Amino acid sequence: MLQIMLMMVCGIIIGRTLRHRKLRWLSPLTTVLIWILLFLLGLEVGGDQTILHSISRLGKDALLLAAGGAVGSAVAANRLWHYAGKSKGGQE
Amino acid sequence: MKGSLIIIAFFILGTVCGLLHLVPSQLTQGNTSYFALCALIFCVGISIGNDSSVLQTLRHTNPRLLLLPLCTFVGTMAGCLAVSLLTSTHRLTDCLAIGSGFGYYSLSSIFITQYRGAALGTVALLANIARELITLLASPLLVRWFGPLAPISVGGATSMDTTLPIISRYSGKDLVTLSVFHGFCMDFSVPFLVTFFCEI
Repeated sequence: MLQIMLMMVCGIIIGRTLRHRKLRWLSPLTTVLIWILLFLLGLEVGGDQTILHSISRLGKDALLLAAGGAVGSAVAANRLWHYAGKSKGGQE
Repeated sequence: MKGSLIIIAFFILGTVCGLLHLVPSQLTQGNTSYFALCALIFCVGISIGNDSSVLQTLRHTNPRLLLLPLCTFVGTMAGCLAVSLLTSTHRLTDCLAIGSGFGYYSLSSIFITQYRGAALGTVALLANIARELITLLASPLLVRWFGPLAPISVGGATSMDTTLPIISRYSGKDLVTLSVFHGFCMDFSVPFLVTFFCEI
């Protein structure tokens, strides 16, 4: 976790230093890294019989967690909207 | 949407290659994914540090609405806690780690795979894709039932990019800045929260 945090902090500092430059290469690089990592995750899933056999159960758990998170955050957002006094459009 | 489909296609391609043993197994056993993950988080850091416009455009927003990222966090954790208690198939901290992906499925599933294995990583991938899809498809209903902040909150980390057009249409254009700020905060918190819940 410490290494990950350090990578993030280093990135933020470098990003801050370069904030007057347009980093056109950053977005394509991030996308390609995500593709590689998702491909590797797929490789691991495809090579693991236990995961493949339980994919329908895993899918059901995923849907339940997505629904739980969505409803929970929607209710919390609703409370905040009332607390903020329904100020029109969120602007003062 | 196109970007999301390409990402899912890479996951499916990987699964097929893994199933048919088309790729040498050293690729998954070595440190390849960890190095790629470090490079990715470094890039995410650069993009966060490089973007100074978000904070400047927030000056005219109702300060109470700036609590929205906190509400999203508390609401999501409460929802995942409830699901964890109802189903009890996964550990509570695993459910919270999946929930703290906030729709950022690429990063959260990669982290969870790294720390807790590919099975949970797959649940994280599917759960967070589903969260993005719920935002894209159910925003009109969310606004009607829970008010205009709900699509932003449900969108989580995606409220600054993929779900922003939908949010702008159904929640109103004047909430776009708040939506970007919210996505920015959630984006930033994903790596920390996911690794935190994976490690406790």
